[in-house]
Amino acid sequence: MKDLITLNVFRYQPEKSKEPTYQEYEIPYHKDWVILDALNYIKDQIDGSLTYRWSCRMGVCGSCGMMVNGKPVLTCATFLESYTPGPIRIEPLENFPVIRDLVIDMSDFLEKLKKVKPWIIRKDVGSEDREYLQTPSQLADYKQYSMCINCMLCYAACPVYGLEPEFIGPAALALAQRYNMDSRDEGKNQRMKALSHDTGIWQCTFVGDCSAVCPKNVDPAGAIQRYKVEGASNWWKTLLLPYASKD
Amino acid sequence: MEGLQTYKRKIGIFWWTKRLSHFRFISRELTSIAVAFIAIELLLLSKAIMNGEESYQAFVQSLTHPILIILNLIALGGILYHSITWFNLAPKAMVIKLGENKVPGFLIALGNYLGWIVISAIIVWSLL
Repeated sequence: MKDLITLNVFRYQPEKSKEPTYQEYEIPYHKDWVILDALNYIKDQIDGSLTYRWSCRMGVCGSCGMMVNGKPVLTCATFLESYTPGPIRIEPLENFPVIRDLVIDMSDFLEKLKKVKPWIIRKDVGSEDREYLQTPSQLADYKQYSMCINCMLCYAACPVYGLEPEFIGPAALALAQRYNMDSRDEGKNQRMKALSHDTGIWQCTFVGDCSAVCPKNVDPAGAIQRYKVEGASNWWKTLLLPYASKD
Repeated sequence: MEGLQTYKRKIGIFWWTKRLSHFRFISRELTSIAVAFIAIELLLLSKAIMNGEESYQAFVQSLTHPILIILNLIALGGILYHSITWFNLAPKAMVIKLGENKVPGFLIALGNYLGWIVISAIIVWSLL
């Protein structure tokens, strides 16, 4: 007889009920299956109505983030084996509105991402006759922050975002730092408005869970604290040297 | 996505009891009460000193009350937890580069601890 494992899956089907329910699925246990394999088995073999996002299956696209036993993870990179003997509770990412079953509405995150202008800003845009050279050390300054795959696990882990939804949040702030620290970028002052706003870095209370759950070791908490130090020292500089030129 | 019917989950007042990291975070935040307690105690001590020898002796005597000893011990524990967790987090906020290389995080934390010990030693030395 095959080994079995139970999954308790969050179901939200607005056409059936305004309140979510939990549905129990018993599936065959395979040592080499990840949670996403289990969900795909349910969808293919047991219940085709189960709805969730996934794409690359290799920890790159960032679409299969869910809460597994209360912790935000990429389901393509989380093995069933870690949760034996079960049951395993699967829920949509916390702190986001749920559209259906395990699918969340990410529009708030996408709006916030735009606010921090996550692209290289330069005065000389359009001059194609030169290269923007960068040393390995300059690349190393921001590379860690550039690894973000927008999986939003950090938002699901952040209690500040849950309690204060206007907070720009960890990934967007880390991406802002990624461009601020890029030697080719000149847009720091433009991003300052969003970052130093009431809804920016100062709302972060340094819980640190965003960095703990990040599957790419981006360390958004570190990025935010570094910006706080810089923001505070800039404030002092402006206070002591009000006529000094700003970069 | 306007017009989309979504389900919004509520966050309960005891959200911080569900995950150990959140519990540790709230514990760290609560230690600020211990910091406030010690600060008020120091202000009262300063006031007692300004009011003369008698007032100072009375204040010191009041500190020997068992309840105040227990409160001060709890405050000491809270402040130690606050300081240690804070110093351990310092490398996250302070990234120092020497030439091409980053200074390792543990050295930054160590610098904070050394500063703490040196300042504490100076205070103890000046009191003795």
